[in-house]
Amino acid sequence: MFSNFDFGVIIRALPYLFYEGMTFTLMLTGLAALGGLVFGTAIALMRLSGYKTLGRIAGVYVDFMRSLPLVLVIFWFYFLVPYIGQWLTGALRPISVGAFASSLITFIMFEAAYFSEIMRAGIQSISRGQPAAANALGLTYAQTMRYVVLPQAFRNMLPVLITQTIVLFQDTSLVYVLSITDFLGAASKVAQRDGRLVEMYLFAAVVYFTISCIASFGVRRLQARIAIIR
Amino acid sequence: MNYHWNWGIFFEPNPMGTGTYLDMLLSGLVLTLKTAVLAWIIALVFGSIVGVMRTLPSKAAGWFGFCWVEFFRNMPLLVQLFLWYFVLPELLPKSTGTWLKQLPNAPFWTAAIGIGFFMSARVAIQLQAGIGSLPRGQKMAATALGLTTFQGYRYILLPMAFRIILPPLTSEFLNTIKNTAVAITIGLLELTGQARSMQEFSFQVFEAFTAATLLYLLVNAVVVTAMRFLERWVAIPGYITGK
Repeated sequence: MFSNFDFGVIIRALPYLFYEGMTFTLMLTGLAALGGLVFGTAIALMRLSGYKTLGRIAGVYVDFMRSLPLVLVIFWFYFLVPYIGQWLTGALRPISVGAFASSLITFIMFEAAYFSEIMRAGIQSISRGQPAAANALGLTYAQTMRYVVLPQAFRNMLPVLITQTIVLFQDTSLVYVLSITDFLGAASKVAQRDGRLVEMYLFAAVVYFTISCIASFGVRRLQARIAIIR
Repeated sequence: MNYHWNWGIFFEPNPMGTGTYLDMLLSGLVLTLKTAVLAWIIALVFGSIVGVMRTLPSKAAGWFGFCWVEFFRNMPLLVQLFLWYFVLPELLPKSTGTWLKQLPNAPFWTAAIGIGFFMSARVAIQLQAGIGSLPRGQKMAATALGLTTFQGYRYILLPMAFRIILPPLTSEFLNTIKNTAVAITIGLLELTGQARSMQEFSFQVFEAFTAATLLYLLVNAVVVTAMRFLERWVAIPGYITGK
């Protein structure tokens, strides 16, 4: 079964896998989570703003993104972003966008839909009296959100936000469809070069599994620590 | 924008000789639905078993359920599909491995099984939460009436739990449909795959992806509507959603 399992292949590929692949994966995960959180919060605020049109636009965006497969969205942005770039910069031809920028834009736009639902739930979990009290103290809408509502919503939702980031970390492997060298892409390139699919894919599985497991264990600890006892 | 739109492309014959480009996309849609339904059946069967195991008093069953869920939840679906498709045949005895590799429609079966097991972990968590949300008294009453553990689950707990978790199960089913697109990586020509090959043959990128997008939205709308009817039909009297 494992008679010709060759650990040497993995060890020789380690620098490539981690310096090239994992760096890409982690950078993409981190930046996309950050961007998704910012845009997601904005979308959640739009939905809860009380302006009907604004809320509806945000709602349609979220529903739209959430009903499409991520692979299709990756393809969409991969082909669309050069044209958008051309339109924005007024260039004569579709501009070329790097693999990293293209996938970062994709994941930010896609994750914003998911993060916005989490932030919406977080904002709605704040009792009505708090914004009312903030209002009574003379705080503007922006100040109420900035100092009263959002910090609490963020704190309440932190475990869910991190869980979503773990999902995002796993989903970044889908940039494979664009032949980008993320962690899985790097593993697959080595696998195909050396004809060592079994070793490389098993190793990739173990690495993803370990990181996700440790992270979700951390979330559970965090959840127990920051839970507000009511 | 100097992109040449050509919406008539859908009615032009495709280079595979299987009718028009539209036929190509529709055959992709059918394959998406077939894969999703088979995967969903696998997910429901295994997810239910594992979900129940996680609520049993037996420590071993709980431990098994925990391992199952963690195993299938902490690896990207794409990696899991690769394990099923590329790694599993190599690890089996040679004759079985060769048989697996030569199976007709291997990408289809691999995708259905891989996505099914991947989703089973999520179904298990939902079911566990559903059973956990029932008042403790229900299980006790079942025991007091002399029902065995199996009967208690069969007649009391599960009929309630499944109806409570119907809304989250709907979104898990939608996720199953969306996840079939990942199978493009093992060569399954489902809807996204067909849109991609239409783009490669005809260079009409945006028409192909627009059509695929609309078809996904349509499937989504149909499933959501159907599930809303089902929810109303099986609603538990006395609950907020009940009659």
